[in-house]
Amino acid sequence: MLNTLNVGLLFGLSAALALPVGRYMARVYGGEATWLDPVLAPLENALYRLTGLKPTRAMTWRQYVGALLGINLVWLVWAVGILLVQNRLPFWNPDHIPAMELTQALHTAVSFLTSTNAQHYSGETGASYFAQMAVLTFLQFVSAGTSLAAGIAVVRALGGTDTAGHVGNFYQDLVRSCVRILLPVCLVFSVLFELGGVPMTFAGAAHHPTLEGTAATVARGPVAAMMSIKELGSNGGGFFGPNDAHPFENPTFFTFAVHHVAVMLLPMAFVVMLGYYLRRRRFAAILFAVMTAGLLLLAAPAVWVELRGNPALTALGLAEAPGGNQLEGKEVRFGVYHTAAYAGINMAIPAGTIAGAQDSFAPLTGVPFMLLMQIDAFFGGVGTGFLNMFIYIVITAFIASLMVGRSPELLGKKVEAREMQAATLVAVAQPVVVLACTGLAAWLWATTPHAADALKWLSNPGAHGFSTMLYEFISAASGNGSGFGGLGSNNPFWNLTPCLAMLSGRFVPIVGALIIAAGLLAKNPTPPSLGGIRLESATFAVLLLVVIGVLGALLFFPALTLGPLAEYFGGR
Amino acid sequence: MNFLRPVLLSGLLLLLFGFAFPGLIWAFAQLTPERAAGSPVVAQGRVVGFRYIGQKFTRARYFQGRPSAVDYNAAATGASNLSPTNPAFLAVAKARLDTFLLQNPGVTRAQVPAELLTASGSGLDPDLSPAGALVQVARVARARGLAPARVAALVQAQTAGPWLGFVGPAHVGVLQLNLALDALPAGR
Repeated sequence: MLNTLNVGLLFGLSAALALPVGRYMARVYGGEATWLDPVLAPLENALYRLTGLKPTRAMTWRQYVGALLGINLVWLVWAVGILLVQNRLPFWNPDHIPAMELTQALHTAVSFLTSTNAQHYSGETGASYFAQMAVLTFLQFVSAGTSLAAGIAVVRALGGTDTAGHVGNFYQDLVRSCVRILLPVCLVFSVLFELGGVPMTFAGAAHHPTLEGTAATVARGPVAAMMSIKELGSNGGGFFGPNDAHPFENPTFFTFAVHHVAVMLLPMAFVVMLGYYLRRRRFAAILFAVMTAGLLLLAAPAVWVELRGNPALTALGLAEAPGGNQLEGKEVRFGVYHTAAYAGINMAIPAGTIAGAQDSFAPLTGVPFMLLMQIDAFFGGVGTGFLNMFIYIVITAFIASLMVGRSPELLGKKVEAREMQAATLVAVAQPVVVLACTGLAAWLWATTPHAADALKWLSNPGAHGFSTMLYEFISAASGNGSGFGGLGSNNPFWNLTPCLAMLSGRFVPIVGALIIAAGLLAKNPTPPSLGGIRLESATFAVLLLVVIGVLGALLFFPALTLGPLAEYFGGR
Repeated sequence: MNFLRPVLLSGLLLLLFGFAFPGLIWAFAQLTPERAAGSPVVAQGRVVGFRYIGQKFTRARYFQGRPSAVDYNAAATGASNLSPTNPAFLAVAKARLDTFLLQNPGVTRAQVPAELLTASGSGLDPDLSPAGALVQVARVARARGLAPARVAALVQAQTAGPWLGFVGPAHVGVLQLNLALDALPAGR
């Protein structure tokens, strides 16, 4: 009970903070004055002046997508380049970390570019301090800025009246998102992390004798700077391998609470922002309610399953533990309940910063966790979560209209073939890529003689092994980035195939949502038809949840049967 | 397409977020009392560990922390990543239980908390639950020739309650507990 109350309080605190932050974001994107203007306006203007970019030049969706993809390509080249030569740079590599191998560098670069932040290296041994900052932290900021830019462009198109189809200026959206939103919020959270004991030092690893007199080496580094943006930008890439389980990323329950709020803040604030920006606060409230309900419906069972514990441990003669005995891969200072609840939040919001080992969770948690990741719209990533929800809204509006025999419409605009084609393509693309890649991996595993020794992919046998591979691709496609640690992932196959899932999972929804929104923008408003289902109604909210549930379940239930469900029933 | 301006913008954003931002956070750290250096723990004039980083204890006279999949290597951390149904995990847990019972005669299976049979998420878990420390009191007291009640009282004194009094589990830092143990005056 008390634990549930605590999680509820953290959720409430995040929502309470999301109100002013969301309102601030609406003012930023609306070009209105804010109280941070004296500091941030000169910074923003300096960026335009120095680059010669004209922030007021309106772009069509094609120009917007072109600018977005172009600058992402620049970042990709930079990231791969630095990771390949990080050992040869003469500074900020006190622990003499070697260069990354090519496929690993490619995977890491794509992973941080797409805000996925799956890591096939361990931070303390795989990335120099220079790379951690100039590649990883940098990409965490600009990829989150890209997510926010795409999100606000779609929101702007939905509320706009420009029938020529201009959705905004990408560079302005990017710069404002980075400089006016991410920068101030991240400064505050990084300071909180420092005060909570997270290190921020450029000194290399510490060497000291332990109390028993053996030699110990403790890796540390500029951690606090990364902690804020990795959570606030829904990125998730930690400084160290174990991410939020590592005591230097998350030393106390105070920092755990800060992580909680940081993960939820901006995805929540984005919904609030949309309400103010579109002057449709009721629509925002309904979205918030649907997202909260979806998150609860899937995360709560996972916590319950995890708390039931591992019967095999009780069979050894241990007493029943009231707090649960599923402590493999978890930390005492957080306990089973909070680790599981935080994992659930990190599935819904693709930061993917788990404070425990995903592999060692109870098998059945895999079902709600993978569904949450796949749906990626119950808050979802900052900016992109709304894009996914928007796709579901278009599909639901279409189905709802057909149910009552009206021509489909959304926010006063007709939804026609082109919009539906784009929405269906986005909704189906991600599952197709994920299932095809998983199928390929499973086929390779099954047909390779002595696969366990020859491929060294899976450290857990049977159905759990299948879950491991399925999870990796869902996580990649949804930009989550968490993974089953038991996957031997640093090899060409696992470095390259998830890149396909990450790139399509990132850019297909962005482009698709922009096409739909720009298409709607260019149409003349139609008078509201009588008897249609209103967007801002409880009926629509319920229908939306059902459509999301049916799509997710239909597409993934067969695969989930082979993975977590088979493991659960096989283990009984 | 003109790449020059986006490249220029990327360079400026890199300066801002790759260097100036971490620099600002670092500068703030220099103003705090601990300077965000990882909270080193000093005993008898030298660093013996870090407050939040667990270290390995093997001797009977010290409280032992949780099992670690990386043997408390704080330069290459990690978890076991074994699934709860993996026979390898169950075999390891059983072996840990047998070892613990052997090292702590008089303790029954039902008294052993699961945290002592399971490897932590980071491999560096600095804490035990109060139960995980109390179950070792008899062994530590015997090895040091102390009265068990004194050692148990020390565990109570070193236990940190839930955050703010009601959030999260109670826990006791193993390094701090062992340092306090070393500082106890001799005699029963």
